[in-house]
Amino acid sequence: METIYTLQEFMLHTKNITYVLMIAALLGITGFWLFLTERDDD
Amino acid sequence: MSENTATMGKPIFSLFNIVAGAILLMGGILTILRFTQGLDAVTNLSDYNPWGIWIGFDLLVGVALAAGGFVTSAAVYIFGMKRYHAAVRPAILTGFLGYALVVLALHYDVGRPWRLPYPFIMQRGTTSLLFEVAACVALYLTVLFVEFSPAALEWLGFKRARNIVVKLTMLLTIFGVVLSTLHQSSLGALFLIAPSKLHPLWYTPYLPIYFFVTAVIAGLSMVIFESTLSHRFFSHKMDAAHLAEKDTVPLGFGKAASFVLAGYFIIKVIGISTGNTWHYLATGYGAWYLVELLGFVALPAFLYAVGVRDKNVTLIRWTAAWTVLGIVINRFNICLVAFNWHLPADERYFPHWMEIGISVFIVTLGIVIYRFIVTRMPVLYEHPDYDAH
Repeated sequence: METIYTLQEFMLHTKNITYVLMIAALLGITGFWLFLTERDDD
Repeated sequence: MSENTATMGKPIFSLFNIVAGAILLMGGILTILRFTQGLDAVTNLSDYNPWGIWIGFDLLVGVALAAGGFVTSAAVYIFGMKRYHAAVRPAILTGFLGYALVVLALHYDVGRPWRLPYPFIMQRGTTSLLFEVAACVALYLTVLFVEFSPAALEWLGFKRARNIVVKLTMLLTIFGVVLSTLHQSSLGALFLIAPSKLHPLWYTPYLPIYFFVTAVIAGLSMVIFESTLSHRFFSHKMDAAHLAEKDTVPLGFGKAASFVLAGYFIIKVIGISTGNTWHYLATGYGAWYLVELLGFVALPAFLYAVGVRDKNVTLIRWTAAWTVLGIVINRFNICLVAFNWHLPADERYFPHWMEIGISVFIVTLGIVIYRFIVTRMPVLYEHPDYDAH
């Protein structure tokens, strides 16, 4: 893990990861919604 | 349905009555001990650990599990999901009893019951979270009392008063949602004052959001759980409309709970990311955190979804019980397990058996009062003399 010295580095590091996670989360929650409602019209 | 049929011909010394009676007797003795001998005689609380299970379980879990009242009434009256109407009164009753018992339990922890109105008279300013919690709980308990009162007024035959209260339903529902949003989140915000005491995996600035979202999950799951128990033990008190909704409520609420749990899972992971606490996951506390996150958030989200897809009501009911257990574990983790995590083992808190006894006494009291009310008042059936509202 890269060394973090300043708040700027901390924010940059955590936000980098969080933005990537958010894209995965948006795709994931859409997929989960489709899984949850797939058989609604049965 | 006659109110008398439930109470006639039942033996007084049934198993339930004997066990509940013994617990209430024990609770009465412990109550006398608590209020005559003080906290030290009945608890393991200390200056390091001023909040034990009376706060962690009776208050934090009690408030979360009582969220079914505002969740159900909002779904039915604000979002117009009338097909869940039969679930409203039991959920409001559970919420009302839950909050009433929270206030009762708080007396054991705080002591000096005559000082209950102090937050409104001698408080630390309107920015105090404890003031906000006290104000919201007091107001919401009043709202729940008024929301539930039509059932009692129908039972007593006060038609005119009942009709006036029924006209306030929408207003009360909106009040309930606003007040619940405020104090459910504030209970989480209480822990923001202790960043050095709460383990970094559990401590996050998102705690108020987590507490509110988990309260919604707890409310939805508790309505399913409570409906399961009611159908098992009080089905003879239910009318056709309530019996017909036996599967509708678990399927609808299970679907909602599944989606909210999935969203909660995401914001929990985001919380780890923004706090950069990934490395703690490799520790013992991290393993326990993963048990909570995967076992009591991700797993029930998936099981609820499978249950809804397959119309498997039994699976949804078991998942609801599992989720309620998960909420209990979450509140215990924040208030007890992950709190003061850096203290040496001999300074850590474990509840005295009398603390557990008081908590069991309060839960039993709630069950006994619930049973008393649903066997008499029109909670699980519509009163034949009145239109449903």
